[in-house]
Amino acid sequence: MHEQSEIGVFLNQRLFDPLARAMGFHVAAGHHAIPDHIVMALLVALALLGFAFWVRRGLNVESPTRIQHIIEVLLEAIQGLMKEVIGRETKRFTPLILTLALYIFLGNVLGMIPGFISPTSNLNITASCAVCVFLYYNYQGIRKHGVFKYLKHFAGPVWWLAWLLFPVEIVSHLARPFSLSMRLFGNIFAEELIIGSLNKYIFPFVFSLPVMFLGLFASTIQAFIFVLLTMVYISGAVEEGHEEGHAEERHANPVQSQTHSAAA
Amino acid sequence: MGRKLILITVLILGVMIWAMPAFAQGEAGGAAKESNQWLLITAGFSMALAAAGCGYAQSRALTAACEGVSRNPGATDTIRIFTFLGLAFIEFLALLTFVVIMLLLFRQA
Repeated sequence: MHEQSEIGVFLNQRLFDPLARAMGFHVAAGHHAIPDHIVMALLVALALLGFAFWVRRGLNVESPTRIQHIIEVLLEAIQGLMKEVIGRETKRFTPLILTLALYIFLGNVLGMIPGFISPTSNLNITASCAVCVFLYYNYQGIRKHGVFKYLKHFAGPVWWLAWLLFPVEIVSHLARPFSLSMRLFGNIFAEELIIGSLNKYIFPFVFSLPVMFLGLFASTIQAFIFVLLTMVYISGAVEEGHEEGHAEERHANPVQSQTHSAAA
Repeated sequence: MGRKLILITVLILGVMIWAMPAFAQGEAGGAAKESNQWLLITAGFSMALAAAGCGYAQSRALTAACEGVSRNPGATDTIRIFTFLGLAFIEFLALLTFVVIMLLLFRQA
């Protein structure tokens, strides 16, 4: 679990350890200033930032570049999915969801490169994403309905079942970030473990290649599922209340109410 | 019925014979090592059980999804979303087993 990656150790030795010592922190002899997975997460974040600025510099309406085409296709796919899951107003949620998708996908794939490890193979990184999603969808729900109406949403459709449904809903909402983080962490950690043990105990870089291909597939799927669940949670938070206008809503958008009940 | 009974008896006897030296050794003082071995065995078996159950459940879900798509290709997008969600929820159970095993193994090591 505490395997060090070459790039992380290198960056720590050359950059972060002297920096921390210069800033007056004490770094013990056998340790490094910044843990490996955080170095990797920083690398991913920097890569995404640089990529975003590079793409923005070349934006053009008349003659879009190839990379712009790719980004637009991705954006349209994500927005189509959001329209299907959340409903009408999807533009507000696009930044968070697309950022999460790119961050998680790049983090998963980074582990395939020798010398790097996946930042998402550590529970802290995935839990940070999941807690972010949890706070975000609750915030969106409160923003849409107001505090009391959002809390009333937890109590269920009828008042005489509220004492039973309220704790159940609270527990199920608290289980969401747990299951989100555990799912991502378990998948990526298992994949890294399999590749690592194949490389270590059998023969380096031959038998692990098919597993790496499988891991590439799983990385995409996991990023997709994380984002899809985020959308489902958001749609559950911002959907209309049970009292008024629910029948029309259900009629107009059958997927939304169904996905909500499936996720609960 | 008789053959089944004999088979079960033999299996139980085998397990008992296999287990007895383990307990004897555990009493003799190598308790930590013994529990380590048991941990490895149970880890393998529990992961196998979880993977088997997860595989069976996912195959059922995928069968239903494929059937639905082939019967009604117009509903592909909706069915795709539900399939991915369901597969994620099913997979999560096996993943929990994996995480528990890993926690125990790393605590032991």
